[in-house]
Amino acid sequence: MRMTQSVWRALERELLVFVRTWRGSAFTAVVQPVLFLLAMGIGLGGLIDDGAGSASVRLDYLDFVAPGLLAASALLAVAGEALWGVMGGVKWMGQFKGMVATPMTPGDVYGGLVLSAGVRAGAAAIAFLVVAAVLGGVSSLWAPLAIVAAVLLAIVTMSALSAYAVRKEDDRTFPLIMRLGVIPMFLFSGTFFPVEQLPEVVQPIAVLSPLWHGVEVARDATTGTVDGWTLLHVGVLVAIAAAALPFGVRGFERRLTP
Amino acid sequence: MVDGPLHPDALVRARGLTKAFGDFVAVDGVDFEVRRGEVFGFLGPNGAGKTSTMRMISCVSPSTGGELSVLHLDPRTDGPAIRSRIGVVPQEDNLDTELSVWDNFIVYGRYFGLPRRVLRERAQELLEFARLTDRRDDRVDPLSGGMKRRLTIARALINDPDLVLLDEPTTGLDPQARHLLWDRLYGLKRRGVTLIITTHYMDEAEQLCDRLVVMDQGRIVDEGSPRELIHRHVTPEVIELRFAEPAEQEAALSSAGEAAERIEVLADRLLLYTRDAEATHRALAERSIEPLTELTRRASLEDVFLALTGRTLEE
Repeated sequence: MRMTQSVWRALERELLVFVRTWRGSAFTAVVQPVLFLLAMGIGLGGLIDDGAGSASVRLDYLDFVAPGLLAASALLAVAGEALWGVMGGVKWMGQFKGMVATPMTPGDVYGGLVLSAGVRAGAAAIAFLVVAAVLGGVSSLWAPLAIVAAVLLAIVTMSALSAYAVRKEDDRTFPLIMRLGVIPMFLFSGTFFPVEQLPEVVQPIAVLSPLWHGVEVARDATTGTVDGWTLLHVGVLVAIAAAALPFGVRGFERRLTP
Repeated sequence: MVDGPLHPDALVRARGLTKAFGDFVAVDGVDFEVRRGEVFGFLGPNGAGKTSTMRMISCVSPSTGGELSVLHLDPRTDGPAIRSRIGVVPQEDNLDTELSVWDNFIVYGRYFGLPRRVLRERAQELLEFARLTDRRDDRVDPLSGGMKRRLTIARALINDPDLVLLDEPTTGLDPQARHLLWDRLYGLKRRGVTLIITTHYMDEAEQLCDRLVVMDQGRIVDEGSPRELIHRHVTPEVIELRFAEPAEQEAALSSAGEAAERIEVLADRLLLYTRDAEATHRALAERSIEPLTELTRRASLEDVFLALTGRTLEE
């Protein structure tokens, strides 16, 4: 019970910081994906739907890319915060050290971070979904399930990347994680084109990408093709988060209460 | 160093307390006791083990040996319960700089599970305590160093703690800001709050502490009130002599002889410890010792530290 309450208090802090500083993060979380949606869905989509591309995506390109962007932007919005934000909290600004000087534990701090990533990604997904629906990129009443995809992806990203970041002394490797991990994942997880378009040898790699599972859930939801596979993708995301959590808790404990 | 039964008013008690990080022993079997209502100091240079000791008392760093009790509880098993009753002022401010002064109080108070109604009342009082009432709604980031420090101290009082730990509370502050902080700390003491302070400022330790321990290289080298320590290890007065050339200092040292009870040789000056400064001055004049500058002052904890360790605090 105590654990639940103090994680909630850590979440309160994260959400208050978000409320006070939302203008900065709103760009990455909502404006940027909407710009992508306009450029890719409407602009590029017009070309694809008229040409040979439509054969491979089997949908209007806008319908195809909207759920992809919704899921991918959850990953992008959270990744930077999980890396640099955590380094700020444990080292540069040290707020997390202040938190563990109270009855809060390192696990509470970590739990609050993970939950707040989920809450904020959920809010951003709702905003994005409304824009996408207005533009005609949502064709099913299952669409709200796509919000779950964004929330789960945010939780996976925060729990895994912050577990990594909290073990680092500085941010030297963080740009590398973004360039070699997050950005390729963003581009090759079925966000902009089906993974079947990739060379056959690399297709199995996409299956390892949490984003691919998130994109599949979001796409099943907004296009109304929810089935057993959708559930399986949800299960994979839950499993990754569950596997990352103990590493995160241990990492935060070692760093904040050495 | 702490023998016999537990002092009935001891809020913190350590016996053989040790903290090692791998092969490095930061705190090497220290014994001490902090009593209710007193200001207790850890005095020593950087790396003496003061902060590691403070972190064990504040239950954010488990000890690796010995015994420790805080507020009659065991930090190993009662960490959250102990932390709910103490206030911690770390060496470096860790405020939420993106939030306002007011928000900092409220958010921090929520970590203790305090209701918002209580927090609003306390935050208002603490704003006044920290002299930050007119900065209530300002973000923390642009505040001056002194203001941030006062906010950090005030924030540590949000849970109305029985015990407050202050790690180098005035490091990096200008003299005016330091004196304002001392004034606030006196105020806490008058209210009966027990304070534990680490410092490497001698004047701070002398001004604030009822009792202190001198730490060096992870060990406690002595303990007592500032006056007791000065009485035990040094004479009441000190004459500092500076010379134009090292050779002159050497010559003065060899001829000064019995002019003082003890002479410490530093790189840039001689310290003559004496019970009678005037007599020493006369003796120096008889020996034709003519320094470039000559300063007579009362002995301080700096001299105690030098006598105990053979080094100055700055080394």
